[in-house]
Amino acid sequence: MSRPYYQSQDLKKFKNISDWSPELGAKFFEYYNSVFEEGALSAREKSLIALAVAHTVQCPYCIDAYTQDGLQRGIERNEMMEAVHVAAAIRGGASLVHGVQMMEVYDKRSM
Amino acid sequence: MSSKSLRSRSHRLSSTQAQLEWLEKGIFKPGGLPHFATKVNGFQDTPLRPHSLDILQLNLGYMCNQVCAHCHVDAGPDRKEMMSETTLEKCLDLIRKTSIKTLDLTGGAPEMHPHFREFVSQAAQLGIQDLIVRSNLTILLANKKYVDLPEFFKTQNVHVISSLPFYKKDKTDRQRGSGVFLKSIEALKQLNAIGYGKSETNLKLDLVYNPSGAFLPGNQKSLELEFKKALKTDFDIDFNQLFTITNMPISRYLEFLIASENYEEYMESLVEAFNPSALDKVMCTNTLSVRWDGYVYDCDFNQMLDLKVDHTMQHIDDVIPEELVQRNICVSQHCYGCTAGSGSSCQGSVV
Repeated sequence: MSRPYYQSQDLKKFKNISDWSPELGAKFFEYYNSVFEEGALSAREKSLIALAVAHTVQCPYCIDAYTQDGLQRGIERNEMMEAVHVAAAIRGGASLVHGVQMMEVYDKRSM
Repeated sequence: MSSKSLRSRSHRLSSTQAQLEWLEKGIFKPGGLPHFATKVNGFQDTPLRPHSLDILQLNLGYMCNQVCAHCHVDAGPDRKEMMSETTLEKCLDLIRKTSIKTLDLTGGAPEMHPHFREFVSQAAQLGIQDLIVRSNLTILLANKKYVDLPEFFKTQNVHVISSLPFYKKDKTDRQRGSGVFLKSIEALKQLNAIGYGKSETNLKLDLVYNPSGAFLPGNQKSLELEFKKALKTDFDIDFNQLFTITNMPISRYLEFLIASENYEEYMESLVEAFNPSALDKVMCTNTLSVRWDGYVYDCDFNQMLDLKVDHTMQHIDDVIPEELVQRNICVSQHCYGCTAGSGSSCQGSVV
């Protein structure tokens, strides 16, 4: 297959997922749009959370979309980078906390 | 980006023809993205036509003390074009014989026009409801002959609209030039000190936000809240409203889009964000823009592309307002800038 797995123009076709399942697609996008409305958290805060999660799930479409969304909202680059570090800290922490399991197995099996 | 105008660099894009080629060809060639006129077709009776003449926008000249990276006028210190006294008088005559509600003075830096104060004083006597001066703020500190302008504005009840692309130094200076942010803050403090932007006065001080890059502006109300909070906390500055304006793909902003290889994606995003409900509210439907030499246009952007009104009355000397309003509006693909998202005009979003 010569087509790369990820192509930036595919982001614009996201809505096309409704073509093969209109009812579920409509439900998903209605839910999606509701999630990002102003609520107990501001839409700005949600945008930064989305950016951090985008890095956690390593979705290039989401990173593109929420970097641009942040620019439109006036979110600054240091704020975006801090959000990415939150993602990195949780991902790194998630690996490291398993070190406790490693240590316990090691200690249990060792003389 | 360069700190000189396209004109002074003899840049190819200083030609309106070269700019129109970018807007008519490339991704808008047959089979590509739809032309604006085609896109509009089907949403309303076409072609687009004005419904009234409420706003007279005068571009007093292209001279400016700043050389902003996004400037659609290609203004700068090297630009010498200035409206003549005869043309200024013709504009006053037009105001006298119409029901124009808003007079909008822009440039360049309109304050640099040698007859600026005299003209503003005369215009203020004519019963205009809203007399706007689009000030870049730094001009108020640029030379001692301008330092009393805030007081002058106050005596004439001028509505000051000022560009401030962001509430932080970095982004503002990258777009408008080194040192512009702190000078703008100082000028805003001076305006606040005499009552501008304060809730207890009627002296209106509005700010204009335009994106510092190849993206569309966010929600106007949300950005206004961010600006108000930051400027109050950091500098104790107050203002009335924030207007978000979409950058138009012409002149120096077009240069940026092409040089940064963002042109195609930016135009795609404008087309994708096309909002038909903005069509009957865009500024060309109630505005007439006058160039320094007296030629008239549907808007300031058409002026910069030299797309003169589609009418036999193309000069202020000949304008009969009730006849000129019966015309088709000239459009090209830059018009997508005014219909994207919440729409865009010199008074901010329109939807």
